[in-house]
Amino acid sequence: MQLKTILTTATMALGLATAALADGHEKTKVGFVYVGPVGDFGWSYEHNEGRLAVMEEFGDSVETTFVESVPEGADAERVLTQMALSGHDLIFTTSFGYMDATMNVAAKFPDVKFEHATGYKRADNVSTYGARFYEGRAVIGHIAGKMTETNKVGYIASYPIPEVIRGINSAYLHAQKVNPDVEFNVVWVYSWFDPAKEADAAKALIEQGADVIMQHTDSTAPMTIAEEAGIVAFGQASDMKNFGPNAQLTAIIDNWAPYYIDRVRAVKDGTWSSMDTWDGIAPGMVELAPISDKVPADVKAEAEAMAAAIAAGDYHPFTGPINKQDGSAWLAEGEVADDGTLAGMNFYIEGVQGEIPN
Amino acid sequence: MDLSAINPIVLIASLMVASTPILLAAIGELVVEKSGVLNLGVEGMMITGAICGFAMAVETGSPALGFIGAALGGAALSLIFAFLTQVLLSNQVATGLALTLFGLGFSALIGQSYIGVKPPTSATLILGLDAMVFVGIGIIAVTWWVLKYTRVGLILRAVGENHDAAHALGYKVVLIRTAAIAFGGACAGLGGAYLSLIRVPQWTEGMTSGAGWIALAIVVFASWKPWRVLLGAYLFGGITVLQLNLQAAGVKIPVEYLSMSPYLITIIVLVIMSADRTRTALNAPAMLGRSFHASN
Amino acid sequence: MIRLEKRKQPSQVWSYLTPILAVIATMIAGGIMFWILGKNPFEAIRIIFWDPLFNTQFASYSRPQLLVKAAPLILIAIGLSLGFRAGVWNIGAEGQYVIGAICGAAVGLAFYPMESFIIFPLMVLAGAFGGFLWAMIPALLKIAFRTNEILVSLLLVYVADQLLASMALSTLRNPDGGGFPGSRNLQQYPSAANPELIAGTGAHWGVVAALIAVIFAYILLAKHKLGFQIKLAGQSPRAAHFAGVNTSVIIVVCLGLSGLLAGLAGLFEVAGPAGQISIDFASNYGFTAIIVAFLGRLHPVGILLAGLLMALTYIGGELAQLMLGIPLAAIQAFQGMLLFFLLAMDVLTDYRPVIGKAKVV
Repeated sequence: MQLKTILTTATMALGLATAALADGHEKTKVGFVYVGPVGDFGWSYEHNEGRLAVMEEFGDSVETTFVESVPEGADAERVLTQMALSGHDLIFTTSFGYMDATMNVAAKFPDVKFEHATGYKRADNVSTYGARFYEGRAVIGHIAGKMTETNKVGYIASYPIPEVIRGINSAYLHAQKVNPDVEFNVVWVYSWFDPAKEADAAKALIEQGADVIMQHTDSTAPMTIAEEAGIVAFGQASDMKNFGPNAQLTAIIDNWAPYYIDRVRAVKDGTWSSMDTWDGIAPGMVELAPISDKVPADVKAEAEAMAAAIAAGDYHPFTGPINKQDGSAWLAEGEVADDGTLAGMNFYIEGVQGEIPN
Repeated sequence: MDLSAINPIVLIASLMVASTPILLAAIGELVVEKSGVLNLGVEGMMITGAICGFAMAVETGSPALGFIGAALGGAALSLIFAFLTQVLLSNQVATGLALTLFGLGFSALIGQSYIGVKPPTSATLILGLDAMVFVGIGIIAVTWWVLKYTRVGLILRAVGENHDAAHALGYKVVLIRTAAIAFGGACAGLGGAYLSLIRVPQWTEGMTSGAGWIALAIVVFASWKPWRVLLGAYLFGGITVLQLNLQAAGVKIPVEYLSMSPYLITIIVLVIMSADRTRTALNAPAMLGRSFHASN
Repeated sequence: MIRLEKRKQPSQVWSYLTPILAVIATMIAGGIMFWILGKNPFEAIRIIFWDPLFNTQFASYSRPQLLVKAAPLILIAIGLSLGFRAGVWNIGAEGQYVIGAICGAAVGLAFYPMESFIIFPLMVLAGAFGGFLWAMIPALLKIAFRTNEILVSLLLVYVADQLLASMALSTLRNPDGGGFPGSRNLQQYPSAANPELIAGTGAHWGVVAALIAVIFAYILLAKHKLGFQIKLAGQSPRAAHFAGVNTSVIIVVCLGLSGLLAGLAGLFEVAGPAGQISIDFASNYGFTAIIVAFLGRLHPVGILLAGLLMALTYIGGELAQLMLGIPLAAIQAFQGMLLFFLLAMDVLTDYRPVIGKAKVV
């Protein structure tokens, strides 16, 4: 009973705050919940860069807060509730594992807006957003197919989840289009962030003959190893040029800033509504670092053209004919993958070696 | 599947690199435990060493100075533990865990301005191996020699086996243990810096990701014998590297089992070793974890 | 020169006074740290220690959350304390916690979507049994081969973590979850859920179990023969041997009980506050509980208080991040300081500082 009372009072207070907002007298309060430390130089770091961009954009008219390294589950729900209780107008929950916690808290605070990254559950006050990183992977796959001499591309993967599998498929598909002999060696490290293990994985792949390294883990360790070994690699999450001045061909950069600024503005204008955003290269959510001069001019031009075509909507990285790994048909000639299948992708496409764990 | 692609010499070289951080931390902890002290704060000292070494190397441009800074940083942190457990007689298990918590936070605080910075590169000697790999082996050799053949080693062991008797003989138990703890902290610091300066190299919060705990396990695995620390660290590092190589070679063993293998095999090897009853494997220093007070 | 002189008996007064002194000392040292970081020290301290309990805006929410956060810590720490008293070192409660959660959740999910009152009790049994079995591995290896239980229990944490990831990705994955990792949410499955029993109190079955465990441990240690044997085995293994204490039994009981309680904690957490098996379900409760056990001086009531204090610093720490922008790193350092001071001040309970000429130390 008591909880209910306090929640009602709080929601009423928040209602007042929102009303005050419309006059432009009050600051908009925006909260961020991160799954890792902001110092991980990867996933959480990039979300925090987005938060800093929001602060820069709106100056004194917004107040941002964050809580880092919040475990998924009970802790997330508590942090979210406390954010809602302390008068936040908009809360970004930046990890898939916060999905149920976000939904639970959102149901209790109908006047607070929530934005959940990479999830699929929505409500009137819960939006979801994610990035089509596979668009970037298509471009780097193309470059990798052209650049490899041993025809072996080493791929350091985190966990066998749709996001990661989609990336492997997209990269492989486009590498194999320009180089039918290309082979992907995938190593699963079962961690998003374990610099030492990622370094070992990169070494193992190089020892097995890989001369191009791709990673779907957060640390810069594989890039550094590639630099030492004198081979090439692609950065992940951030521009890793610093760590592989010769090795980095380009990097897929998570750039949340434009989206965060948009959504904060929508709350300030009172135009925010629940929606599902899955943006790619076009609005700049997925960004490619400048392509290195090591890449021959024609390949560079092809890669840039592909990125432009994807951005313009003229080309979808998953355009048929594509078969599944077992040879069964997935997409017919000219058919384009639907978002639902992509979101839950749990199969390899034809030609990828090995099996998805489990 | 192409097992022939796994080159044994390259594999050995990379397992030596992979094992060095835990090897360094473990040999330090071995000396601490030989003196009768159980310091569970290895992880905290490692990560403190990782950032101290990183900061020092970046500021001075010298990896060597970085390692010295790491040793000093690890030792300085361990002195908090020494003061609490030796002077104020606090519980060693709890204090060690608190040290880990504090070290993780403290290192992240110092490290805030070093995120995304590249450290100066260190030279490699042969087969891509750097000097620290051999320094690590050297520390093991020296530790073995000191413990076995010197008076200092004898005193250290005496303190660890029976501090009251050692005290009665006039040895300064608290001082000796403090020195051992500082040595352990310095070694853990070196191990941490090896991660941040050579093996990764980069600074990120929580980058030791459990290496300190593995180092603790290796000391027990080694039944407090220096050369067995080398064996244990190489075994553990070797399986870690090998499982990644097997994956890269496309061996059809489920990845989950491969990922568990370093831990499971370490347990199995220890069981086999401890099952040999003739060797009375219980080498643990008798006073391990017990506080010493002169009036006892 | 100040030296320490052992008291004939531990001081009652100081045993109550030292925690208070330690908290005050932490406030001063932590305040200085926050001040150096450019934050208002008074505000920071107030937010960490006072606001979760008494803030008019949200204390009525965060106060019950203390119980939610403290319950698993207390439950695990009680089990560990028995072993620590007997000299049986279970460092791997984290693994037993994870396995308990997996086993319990697996039973619940196996029945889905059947509704029956029997499902939750079965899950509780499975959770307890899972934790117990996982702890039996180091126990039996120690008895049969004298393998060191610190190493085995610790390494099994990592094995449990791998199993957890594998379960979240395959066997227990939500078939309706669109291929995403993580099991069904047990909170949304009434027969398997571990809900708040009385609205607004935070009390779920795990909290109840933690309180029962405290009472049970208190009686065991104070009144029961087994409790006496446990203490004897820790204080003097030789005396215990002559008194006819069977060490194997002590090892099985201590590791078994701590595994069982850790397993229970995992089950209550997965069915209640956490809701689902996910890759990141393990959140260091098993390790933090070791600190809680020692902070509570291995005494059941002490553990209860220590668990609540730890929970307070976690929740207050989150608030401080949220309201003042204090980085988590500073909060961790602050928690470390609090533990240092608590452990350091403890010396005054057993020893008396004396000013005078020091003997040769």
